[in-house]
Amino acid sequence: MEYLIIFIGAVFVNNIVLAQFLGICPFLGVSSKVETSIGMSAAVLFVMTMATISTYLIFNLVLVPLEIEFMRTVTYILVIASLVQMVEIVMKKVSPPLYQALGVFLPLITTNCAVLGVAILVIQNQFNLLQSVAFAISHSIGFFIALVVFAGIREQLDLYDPPAVMKGAPIALITAGLLSLAFMGFAGLV
Amino acid sequence: MSMWKEFTKGFIKENPVFVLLLGMCPTLGVTGSAINGLGMGLASTAVLLCSNTVIAVIKNLIPDKVRIPAFIVVIASFVTIVDLSLEAFLPDLYEQLGLFIPLIVVNCLILGRAEAFASRKGVGVSIIDGAGMGLGFTFALTALGGLREILGSGAIFDFKFIPESADGMLLFIMPPGAFIVLGFLIAFVNALMKKKAA
Repeated sequence: MEYLIIFIGAVFVNNIVLAQFLGICPFLGVSSKVETSIGMSAAVLFVMTMATISTYLIFNLVLVPLEIEFMRTVTYILVIASLVQMVEIVMKKVSPPLYQALGVFLPLITTNCAVLGVAILVIQNQFNLLQSVAFAISHSIGFFIALVVFAGIREQLDLYDPPAVMKGAPIALITAGLLSLAFMGFAGLV
Repeated sequence: MSMWKEFTKGFIKENPVFVLLLGMCPTLGVTGSAINGLGMGLASTAVLLCSNTVIAVIKNLIPDKVRIPAFIVVIASFVTIVDLSLEAFLPDLYEQLGLFIPLIVVNCLILGRAEAFASRKGVGVSIIDGAGMGLGFTFALTALGGLREILGSGAIFDFKFIPESADGMLLFIMPPGAFIVLGFLIAFVNALMKKKAA
């Protein structure tokens, strides 16, 4: 039950993109086609879960015993950056087709604030390891839903002809606003 | 003259938010009021200014292959300094900005300037670039925060100008308002630039 609440809360009520504004760059950047947005979300799911587990362990096993919690930001970003690099190398060797599909998105993930954001939120919420994993997976599914729905809308949007000054980013942002409004309907669900 | 141009380009012509679309997460996340936008903008400016300076100084010492991780470490150190100072001296603002302070690390604006500008140019001009871009970012965040505050709570910088009993249009200080107001602001800047070009 507890995990179900974490899941619904993360996917619908506090959607990571539409309510918490994390990961906006990939949300606006790679969402012009449904196909690429699926690839991006899969890469995020993978890296976010791995990163949350490793930063959780490092925080509790290294930073807390040494009483250097203030080094959190520096450590986390290094862990995430090296993790992304490692995943890239391993994936290239082990599964070339997967690398072909996700490879281009991997370097982008280092500066995806969703990954760092979730790693920090897990510590702030004082979750245990299992809850943290559930939290990370739910948030990446929320990211997936927001991204794919938005990409679907944007594919349709290309067929229309908005006023010249609204083309591109402005109309995309306003569309995202309406989508976020729709997601507000889930408020109070948990 | 050219120094002046480097400084002012960040305000409209190459504004990080309105034109380059960098650093969107804090832009949308913390601009519920003008004061939060201003605070976030100045915190990011401080980091950008310091990181641009340091990176411009040490750029010849960093091997080309590991330059991105090296930049990130420099940036993360300054973010930690800003994070701890805000917690100590401005606890209210720290509370409001919350998660977005450590996330300055992954603000693509800062890494972007390090990579595109500070690692190639001299120290002096990098400082000017950092200050200009940072203040342009601050300007955009304050404008967005101010507009949302005016529409959403009928106030500006916490000064309420509508009757005490009345509410603003709450939608605008909620998440959807951020997207919608920013969309219209960018469209407005586009229209302005088009007029200037014509």
